[in-house]
Amino acid sequence: MQWDVVIAMVPRLAQGALLTLNLLFLSGAIGLCLAVPMALARVSRRRGLSLIPRVYVFFFRGTPLLVQLFLVYYGLGQFEAVRESFLWPVLYNAYWCAVLTFSMHTAAYITEILRGAIQAVPAGEVEAARAIGMRPMQVYARIVLPRAFRIALPAYGNELILMLKASALASTITLLDLTGTARTLYAKNYMPVESFVTAGAFYLIITFVLTRVIAFLEKRLHPERKEPVVIVG
Amino acid sequence: MSELPFDPAASAVLEVENIHKRFGGNDVLKGVSLSANCGDVISILGSSGSGKSTFLRCINYLETPDRGRVLLRGEEVRTKTMKTGGLVPADQRQLARLRARIGFVFQSFNLWPHLTVLENVVEAPIHVSKVSRKEAHERAEAMLHRVGLGDRMGHYPAHLSGGQQQRAAIARALVMEPEVILFDEPTSALDPELVNEVLQVIRSLAEEGRTMLIVTHEMGFAREVSNWIMFLHEGKVEEQGSPEKIFNHAESDRVRQFMASHVH
Repeated sequence: MQWDVVIAMVPRLAQGALLTLNLLFLSGAIGLCLAVPMALARVSRRRGLSLIPRVYVFFFRGTPLLVQLFLVYYGLGQFEAVRESFLWPVLYNAYWCAVLTFSMHTAAYITEILRGAIQAVPAGEVEAARAIGMRPMQVYARIVLPRAFRIALPAYGNELILMLKASALASTITLLDLTGTARTLYAKNYMPVESFVTAGAFYLIITFVLTRVIAFLEKRLHPERKEPVVIVG
Repeated sequence: MSELPFDPAASAVLEVENIHKRFGGNDVLKGVSLSANCGDVISILGSSGSGKSTFLRCINYLETPDRGRVLLRGEEVRTKTMKTGGLVPADQRQLARLRARIGFVFQSFNLWPHLTVLENVVEAPIHVSKVSRKEAHERAEAMLHRVGLGDRMGHYPAHLSGGQQQRAAIARALVMEPEVILFDEPTSALDPELVNEVLQVIRSLAEEGRTMLIVTHEMGFAREVSNWIMFLHEGKVEEQGSPEKIFNHAESDRVRQFMASHVH
């Protein structure tokens, strides 16, 4: 390891890390927003309604993210309707293609995480909400979703970490994220170990911080776990 | 109407007519009716599987009866008939409005674990009755003091004993000023030494003249607190009457046997 090379790379890799974080949080947030209505539709007793997220999840979970990314980045431009639509300035841009693809991809996984969490809310707590006079929407907004988010949080944190690493695929469509920057540096310095070890260290640091944040949120959202649970009798 | 326990001319708080309920191929309720006037405390007894809890749950449509009517102060829960034959509530808003006037206390408390005891109790006044936060807190605090949890308001349910949790659940129901309160085996999930503190709260509610329906296995308590006993067997009313009659001079052999084996 040539440490002077490593240190010289840090500022550029830090810039790449910013793009990685940007992609991660934007797509993580959009994915979550997409996933909430889909998870609610998924647990609906109306079969027609629950079919939409089922089909969505089937396709986005069943195909590689890289294939989805190439389809959006290279594929959409083939259609004249897309090229002439007002969306073209957005879809022409590699950054927005990555945001769009990552959001839709992670939304499929978050939908499944939330579905499981919604179904894990004990039936009695839901009944208590209905029995006290909450309307179905209120039952969801006041009891089911707040409980489901808490139940889902560890799995959602896991999904964020998976997306962090999957976001390296953005480098395949010209974006200079962490991985993209490391490849560019390597192409110039021919020092693969220095380039990729340093990039890997950045990923590790981000993962470490992410897990701490999730753990902190978990603590905050579960104040009932603070004191030891005293079971009297 | 002659077998109904009350003068039909008196205005009933709650009328439940001819409830039928089937689970799978199993007829759990085969036409059970009940009418409660203001201040009535009615205990529903019977062996397990007799349909007691299902009957109680049908009253506020936690289970939707297949047939039958429920009226609260003369207002009927509106239903429509499904293609498959069963009923579904026709108007969720109306059902929610009626449920808010019917308290329900569960065997397993069902407090919301992510909220403190106080937050559990203010939830419905704020979001269902839409009273101000200030008023909701005042009412909730008064109610929690009433059930003896004045010093536990900031605790989470997980930090309370079963008896305390059930008293909190009673406060949660009471704070809505329900016109009738349904108790579904309120002490069955409690350790024996915690049963009394809960029964004491329910007893004090009876003394206040609240209208209550209680499904219970606490025979001594039912006898002492109720003015009417309904005994269910295999989804039907086997016998009903005053506690004195049911406990001492039941006509049905089955009721007499049950009493002999349950009253010590």
